Amino acid sequence: MATSEAKPTNKIQVRRYKPEEYPEKHYLNEETGIWAWMTTVDHKKIGLMYLASLAFFFFVGGMLALVLRTELLTPARSFMDADVYNQIFTLHGAIMVFFFLVPSVPAALGNFILPLQLGCKDVAFPRVNLASFYIYVIGAVFTLIAILTGGVDTGWTFYTPYSATTGGNVMMMTLGIFILGFSSILTGVNFITTIHKLRAPGMTWNKLPLNMWALYATSIIQVLATPVLAITLLLLTMERVLSIGIFDPALGGDPVLYQHFFWFYSHPAVYIMIVPGFGVISEVISTFSRKIIFGYWAIAISSLAIAFIGFLVWGHHMFTAGQSSLANMVFSFLTFLVGIPTGIKIFNWVATMYRGSIDMKTPMLYAQIFLFQFMIGGFTGIMLGALAVDIHLHDTYYVVAHFHYVMMGGMVMAFLAGLHYWWPKMFGKMYSEKWAKFSAIIIFIGFNMTFLPQFVMGSQGMPRRYFNYIDQFQSFHQFSTIGSYIIGIGFFIMFGYLLYSFFRGEKAAANPWGSRALEWQVSSPPPLHNFEHTPVIINGPYDYHKPMSEFQLGIASKHNGHHAGEKVDISTTVKDKA
Amino acid sequence: MNRFSDFMLPPAKSTTAETTDALFHFINVTSLIFLVGITIAIIFFSWKYRRRSDEDVTPVISHNNKLEITWSVIPLILVMIVFGWGFTGYMNLITIPDDAYEVRVVAKSWLWEFHYETGFVSVNELHVPANRPVKLVMSSDDVIHSFFVPDYRVKMDVLPNRYTSLWFEVTEPGESIVYCAEYCGTAHSNMLATVFAHTQEDFDTWLETAGSADDDMDPVELGEQLVTRNACDTCHSTDGTRLQGPTFQGLWGSEREMEDGEIVVVDENYVRESILEPNARITKGYQPVMPSYAGTLNDRQIDAIIEYLKTLQ
Repeated sequence: MATSEAKPTNKIQVRRYKPEEYPEKHYLNEETGIWAWMTTVDHKKIGLMYLASLAFFFFVGGMLALVLRTELLTPARSFMDADVYNQIFTLHGAIMVFFFLVPSVPAALGNFILPLQLGCKDVAFPRVNLASFYIYVIGAVFTLIAILTGGVDTGWTFYTPYSATTGGNVMMMTLGIFILGFSSILTGVNFITTIHKLRAPGMTWNKLPLNMWALYATSIIQVLATPVLAITLLLLTMERVLSIGIFDPALGGDPVLYQHFFWFYSHPAVYIMIVPGFGVISEVISTFSRKIIFGYWAIAISSLAIAFIGFLVWGHHMFTAGQSSLANMVFSFLTFLVGIPTGIKIFNWVATMYRGSIDMKTPMLYAQIFLFQFMIGGFTGIMLGALAVDIHLHDTYYVVAHFHYVMMGGMVMAFLAGLHYWWPKMFGKMYSEKWAKFSAIIIFIGFNMTFLPQFVMGSQGMPRRYFNYIDQFQSFHQFSTIGSYIIGIGFFIMFGYLLYSFFRGEKAAANPWGSRALEWQVSSPPPLHNFEHTPVIINGPYDYHKPMSEFQLGIASKHNGHHAGEKVDISTTVKDKA
Repeated sequence: MNRFSDFMLPPAKSTTAETTDALFHFINVTSLIFLVGITIAIIFFSWKYRRRSDEDVTPVISHNNKLEITWSVIPLILVMIVFGWGFTGYMNLITIPDDAYEVRVVAKSWLWEFHYETGFVSVNELHVPANRPVKLVMSSDDVIHSFFVPDYRVKMDVLPNRYTSLWFEVTEPGESIVYCAEYCGTAHSNMLATVFAHTQEDFDTWLETAGSADDDMDPVELGEQLVTRNACDTCHSTDGTRLQGPTFQGLWGSEREMEDGEIVVVDENYVRESILEPNARITKGYQPVMPSYAGTLNDRQIDAIIEYLKTLQ
């Protein structure tokens, strides 16, 4: 493994190691067996367990969506009753939001990649990390019980007083989501601590990968906003169980107060879902353009700005709810401010591609699909932020299309970009580029077919959550339904080639994309403890103008860095060359 | 532009719709320019700077302050224009003219009641004068609903614990659809109504004669009309189909088991009680969701409905 090559840097000698290609021992074949997996504290395995759960929930949520779209083929009843339809759209929303989108990038990809990008062996609190996975599972079990014992038909927003009066097992469902929130909080705490305390020597804040900045911003929101959701659900429970009037007007409560509580969490939650996607896109675009990222600080700071302003815009979900006009004005104003850092990011990504060396591999294709669809999501968000227009568009299919463009067109595409980008690192296998691109294009076509007509329907006045609709919308609905089937086919193909890759894929090299980022300097799949030695970081993760050899893992002396007497405080002695 | 507008938006039938539509088009056009421009840049860069060999060397362009300030400030100016425009339009939407004609709106799951100054109540049919501001004072009897008329570009939530209001001025006589836009349960998507805008004279005539036309009608015929007018048929079919409530077909005179096990014969008193206090006794297998019609239907009208039910065997 060692081609010992001494590279002179400013002050210290760094001895570099080429990563072992096609390692015989790695995290997947050490400590095997069910029990070892269930009790593992390895962040990579926990990440994969999250990934498997997410895939399951995405499948369930996606099938529910297809069932809904099928029902909407005809204006009246097609094959299910209104009550069943209402339960299914509630489940689709709740599962996709709470069980897929919120944990998707942070808990699955984030868990896997965070310590590898920081140059540490694991997250700061490995056991807490495992606990948060089990809390997620327990939350999921409660939700499953709720579904099997009566179902829930409140919509994923659980608006009072409807949720207080309807039948079904609303309590169990909210309890499940309450529990789930703790998983989110613990992951956030873990990530913040890890990013602060466990960065490898030399990894200063200005060499932190942008994916880490994004996860850092996300974790702050998770830690600060999720408790509000817990409080809200607890108040809801107190009201239903103890009949204390908080939200239900029959008991002297105020239903609009519930909406404030709910959106105080759920709007920042939208950023919990999308900001990690921004991180993935930064990594992918820089790697496949083989070029230094444009405006590193602009992208890093805009993530934090989005996280911060994102806390102050919740009221834009309530422009028609009867809050004061002054509040409406302030919330509208702040909503536009949050659009600016988002726009800055898009310009920076496009500028990174300028004069790059662009390799249109699958992750890059997904990143570009992300850019296109996320822009549509963003622009329609500006539309919804404009007060007079929102009065017309609120609670119509326009809103449905808008958030699907942001969440699926944006977030899910970013997730897929990340999944395809890190897949070789996770499993040490390559997938078929041909099939992967093919399915990406199928998903792209299907997605736009599904949701573009919904903008038109919404503008024309088609309200959301409608089981029946008037005849004039039928052709739009049918077009949309056909689009959703095409998305389904795209994901089916993806499932096929990823499964094939997992079992029979060609072995992946340690760094198949020629990336300068730290996680690509270890073998694929990585060793059980990530790094044989604590790595020394000298260059930034996007310094593509420097030769590849300078990015190989190194230790800061001839000897193994663990030996006493050889201690070198690298972060203070190494001058940044960049 | 007009064809695009006709495709995207419903016809604009209120005085405030124009501002909303203008802003809608402004945002669409501006966004489209950005979207097309940036997309072309992405595609062009991907082609022009495609990887030619693994040895490609890329320039170090880490940032450019002038460029970055430009692309932050221009969008900022644009969104501030949109904000100001949207806010001005919104102020017009919430500033109710003093001379507005007032109608009281009560939302119940799942119907709309409109109470006029004469005391007349219409269900799922709102009659208003055109070319005159109309103010709706709204409240809900149960959960949150939302009053939405796409043709007028107005929407307002209807809450159970307070009054909300909304106004519009219809520009010409005609009909428009009303939706409930806030999810309210099983028959949410059937909670529709129609606004009829009349000329002032027609409206006055309508208001004078409203309700009195029923006087010389045959009870069965009147009952049939009342069942439609009061949206009974949203939940009770007349052809045996099971909806949210029991079907009216074959209901009269039959024996029904209640939730508490009691057996009830459907007679005059049971029907009357079910209309005025619907949740007193619930047929087994159904939810207690029907709103009360006390104050909406008078005794004569209840008699007519009973006569009508008798014919549905």
